[in-house]
Amino acid sequence: MNELALAVPWLGKRNPQAARWLVIAIAIGAPLVAMMFGRTWVRVLDFALLYILLALGLNLVVGFAGLLDLGYIAFYAVGAYTAAFLASPHFDLHTPIWIVLPLAAFFAAMAGITLGFPVLRLRGDYLAIVTLGFGEIVRIFMNNLNYPINITNGPQGINSLDPIVLFGWDLSRNIQVTEELAINSLFLYYYFFLACVVGSIIFISRLQISRVGRAWAAMRDDELAAKAIGINTRNMKLLAFSLGATFGGVSGVLFGTFQGFVSPESFSLMESIAVLTMVVFGGMGNIAGAIVGAIILSALPEILRHLAVPVQQALFGHVLLDPEVLRMLLLSLAMILMMLLRPSGLIPANAKYSHIRYLKAKGVTE
Amino acid sequence: MEIFLQQIVNGLVVGSVYALVALGYTMVYGILGLINFAHGDLVMVGALTALQTMMFLMGVAPGMSPIAMLTLSLLVAIPVCMLLAFTMERLAYRPLRNAPRLAPLITAIGVSFLLQTLAMIIWGRNYHTFPQLISTTPIQPIEGVFITPIQITIIIVSALMMAGLILLVTKTKLGRAMRATAENHRVAALMGVDTNMIIALTFVLGAALAAVAGVMFASNYGIAHYGMGFMPGLKAFTAAVLGGIGNLGGAMLGGIVLGLVESFGAGYIEQATFGFLNSSYQDIFAFIILGLVLIFKPTGLLGERVSDRA
Repeated sequence: MNELALAVPWLGKRNPQAARWLVIAIAIGAPLVAMMFGRTWVRVLDFALLYILLALGLNLVVGFAGLLDLGYIAFYAVGAYTAAFLASPHFDLHTPIWIVLPLAAFFAAMAGITLGFPVLRLRGDYLAIVTLGFGEIVRIFMNNLNYPINITNGPQGINSLDPIVLFGWDLSRNIQVTEELAINSLFLYYYFFLACVVGSIIFISRLQISRVGRAWAAMRDDELAAKAIGINTRNMKLLAFSLGATFGGVSGVLFGTFQGFVSPESFSLMESIAVLTMVVFGGMGNIAGAIVGAIILSALPEILRHLAVPVQQALFGHVLLDPEVLRMLLLSLAMILMMLLRPSGLIPANAKYSHIRYLKAKGVTE
Repeated sequence: MEIFLQQIVNGLVVGSVYALVALGYTMVYGILGLINFAHGDLVMVGALTALQTMMFLMGVAPGMSPIAMLTLSLLVAIPVCMLLAFTMERLAYRPLRNAPRLAPLITAIGVSFLLQTLAMIIWGRNYHTFPQLISTTPIQPIEGVFITPIQITIIIVSALMMAGLILLVTKTKLGRAMRATAENHRVAALMGVDTNMIIALTFVLGAALAAVAGVMFASNYGIAHYGMGFMPGLKAFTAAVLGGIGNLGGAMLGGIVLGLVESFGAGYIEQATFGFLNSSYQDIFAFIILGLVLIFKPTGLLGERVSDRA
């Protein structure tokens, strides 16, 4: 939370306390403001929160532990499909969310360990390709496991997942306060997701300064040296993979139940790349960076979707670039330009180290 | 027996295309230690540029002989890809040559998606029919085994290009400079090699091979579209790793082996798994091989380089 408050431009450095309240106010008030522009925008915010969860999880793997994972979306898929199998008419199972969530987290973590074990010895670019391959394998199976036994229902995906029900309270139903006033279910989902995000932020920021977090940082910066000072890099890598995967799995459940259906096309390589871009764009190894990156890159395409079409029609008389193309264009350009111009991202990580660098430049410390 | 021989033929055809693309990956990796993700997309650019040229030629000179048309379109596609690779190296990779190891890789992924998006903007999302200028009527050298003239052409052209590349790298002064740069670019620079030029040239050479591979690939299947380069690119990379990355002979061997594994896998997977998996799982073989090679023999079949290099 502190990091996020410090990242607020201008105010963050001068009055962190005020900045923190500002962040909280924005987080709570955002859907109310969005509602003024229409229900779609609340939906966009809901998805932005899901992307924040994903980006936070991937940031654990890429930013903290320094393992480039291009198959991250596979864990998201594991979560979403677990929800689809356990709580939908597909197998006619209707397991409550309190069982689905931990199970999905468990399966995703297992998938993370399964992927982690064989690729532990690989570094950098090889790891990236193998994880990419893993993601593709998962997608191929989702697409084709409808024959000879129908498990995943193939490319059509699985429909009508059960909504999230908390203590008998169905999040997918609007709450009727008075005759005219009703609280839309999109709000309920928003605040539920927000609670999940806040919980994750607290967990991750504690984790970052814990023994584990410091071990990851050491391993990321110099694996050999980390080994030499007694860090069990194998276990640390596995932990990073499985924890990151758990986040993916949990957000997958939320995604599936929120959207109501799952299909393989939601889990394409492009989505993995999109989440990676969010982390890279915001700043690797930095919670605030992952959050800001996720918000900008998940909302921007939606904003463009509403702006691009009318603007292009006004300028050229017809639509040259459809929004989906525009999104890909933006993501790829963001990735390239960010690496070339500002490799540490929008909000650079480890301000502490840059302080040391500053002192070094002044000749104060070694 | 016929099925067995037929799978060998199919494997050789696909494998030689993989081998051509794999050479581009392996050359760049050998020199820079960079996986040029965007290399696969050069295959696509090559194919679509050639398609555009063919369309143009068909409009201007409808009576032109197919061979001349194919040659002309290759003569357009190759320089376009070379220029693109040169620009890519200059703008995206060169500034990052001394950056931390994840940076160029992420950039390469970005470049790959940028190329796909640009292709989508220029050529649209649709699948285009690619004119099959060389006959696709199968002949039967052995009873029951079919091979089309285009497939024969693919095998011959790939073999010729690979032989040419080997000669270039082992016999010429330029090739010696390339090998020296791959060995140690600082020392090579001290010996008077213009390493920047050599690196750019490596990208450009790989792009030329990719362009040819793209045209052949599209001619074989009769289809071209903006995403056609990605999967073959990944598989070619697998082939390069399988053969031993950084090793030219290895890339060729890896390509052929991968092609064969894939065609046998697709042919026999249904029997092997008692009908549970079928040939739509064809694409997983490459990834499984990649995983197995990296875990058990990271140096590849012929390679001497260690995988830890990144």
